Amino acid sequence: MLELKDICFERDHKKILDHINLIFDSKKFYVITGPNGSGKSTLVKIIMGIEKPDSGQIILDGEDITGLSIDERAKLGFGFAFQQPVCFKGITVYDLLNMATGKKLKREEACEFLSQVGLCTHDYVNREINRSLSGGERKRIEIASVIARNPHIAIFDEPEAGIDLWSFQNLTEVFKQIEKRSRGITIVISHQERIIRIADEIILMDSGKIQKQGPRKELIGTILSNSKCPRGVNACEQNR
Amino acid sequence: MLVNKIDEKLLDQVLPEDLEKADAYNIRKNGHTIKRKGNPYIDIVPKENNSGLDIYVKENTLFGIIHIPVIITESGLTDIVYNDFHIGKNANVIILSGCGIHNDAHQDSTHDGIHRFYLEEGSKVKYIEKHYGEGTGKGEKRLNPITEIEMKKDSSMTIDTVQLEGVDEAIRKTTAVLEEGSTLVVTEKILTTGHQKATTDFVVTLNGDNASTHVTSRSVATDESYQEFSSNIVGNTKCYAHVECDGIIKDKGAVKAIPEIFANHVDANLVHEAAIGKIAGEQLVKLMSLGLTEKEAEAAIIDGFLK
Repeated sequence: MLELKDICFERDHKKILDHINLIFDSKKFYVITGPNGSGKSTLVKIIMGIEKPDSGQIILDGEDITGLSIDERAKLGFGFAFQQPVCFKGITVYDLLNMATGKKLKREEACEFLSQVGLCTHDYVNREINRSLSGGERKRIEIASVIARNPHIAIFDEPEAGIDLWSFQNLTEVFKQIEKRSRGITIVISHQERIIRIADEIILMDSGKIQKQGPRKELIGTILSNSKCPRGVNACEQNR
Repeated sequence: MLVNKIDEKLLDQVLPEDLEKADAYNIRKNGHTIKRKGNPYIDIVPKENNSGLDIYVKENTLFGIIHIPVIITESGLTDIVYNDFHIGKNANVIILSGCGIHNDAHQDSTHDGIHRFYLEEGSKVKYIEKHYGEGTGKGEKRLNPITEIEMKKDSSMTIDTVQLEGVDEAIRKTTAVLEEGSTLVVTEKILTTGHQKATTDFVVTLNGDNASTHVTSRSVATDESYQEFSSNIVGNTKCYAHVECDGIIKDKGAVKAIPEIFANHVDANLVHEAAIGKIAGEQLVKLMSLGLTEKEAEAAIIDGFLK
């Protein structure tokens, strides 16, 4: 169980996270949604240790992990897929997967991770992770690097962005695999109705606060017709 | 002769390939040739007074491998060597050269290698150069390679230079003149630490139609080391040039890039890109999120960069 206790985060006199309290249970799939600037990305960055909260605590299975660094959290089983994958110079897809698994992978093993995100090893394993790859390709490699870590708590910041051609079936399959693991908490930031529809729990954020939280069945109606988003999540979905 | 472990280690650093696999080679130690081999297609002829070599590659020679390593173990020695490579028409060779200096004493050791390449029509050269210094003495280890290249029609040359360790001061000068349809690709990777200094200077003149060049420089300057990269590309005809200079700086390291491109013809297309800065924070964060400590992440980023 992962627990956030009274997390506050302020920058430039703006309350980005305002006394956030949340509990993430094992074996559950959480979708965090809400308008831009509502604090979703900051919240997950705080869970991963990329940002430090001004106050509050992060508790994993009864242990306070607020002071742990990013790599210490990674070693505890946290995985994080960035919204905007990072570019490198000289580091290849294969290098990244090796770092993710902490061993020198066989070609078949690399293939397994890449095929899960719909990429062919032959084409990609020796490619450098730089701007010669499209945004969508980098996004899939980013997700593959998280899968390769076998995370127990996997965080995906808008995984659907830029992967239009890749079937959502693959992505949901990735989430299912993670759920099978012992802790098995998946946290996804998403605006996509198709992802919201497979959530166990929905968390709706607005202005740095949790507006609503609960099982999908109870919330999905209000979320999809939420007028806080000027066009509504439905509208976004229809325009895609 | 190759008498001791130091020689072997130096050779191994500058020339990890097996010497016996080479079609021709010449090993120079402290200013003297200690071992040489040639074959009917590749002839290595010493110049007078031990001042260097003339290497003749016959036309149409295919896949010749030539090793020209230099090692210096004598403190206080300044070794100047002129090696001239004459590459015949349509010949295709790989040349591995490099210099390893071991200096345990307090006098400076210097190697100035002047390598001149004459590429005849349609010939191809891959030239790999490695520089390495070691030793516990206070004597500096200096390397000043000069490379001069003349490229005839449709010839091509690839140069990979690497200097990753132990060289206190290096001034590297490369000049090339390219004729019609010829291509020159240069990749250099330099890591400096401590108070080391490395300067590289490229002057490439594109004189023939459709001549092209790509110069990539990757430098990592750590501690209080200093690197300077200057390139001057002149396009006198319909030609293409791309120069890319990337630098990572750490601690008090400094890198200066001086780009100069001169398009002297309306169809000359010359591009220069330069980016110098510390390791991007987001790269560190990404690798740390894969379980690497900050130090490991930094090393992985630099390794990849200089790979």
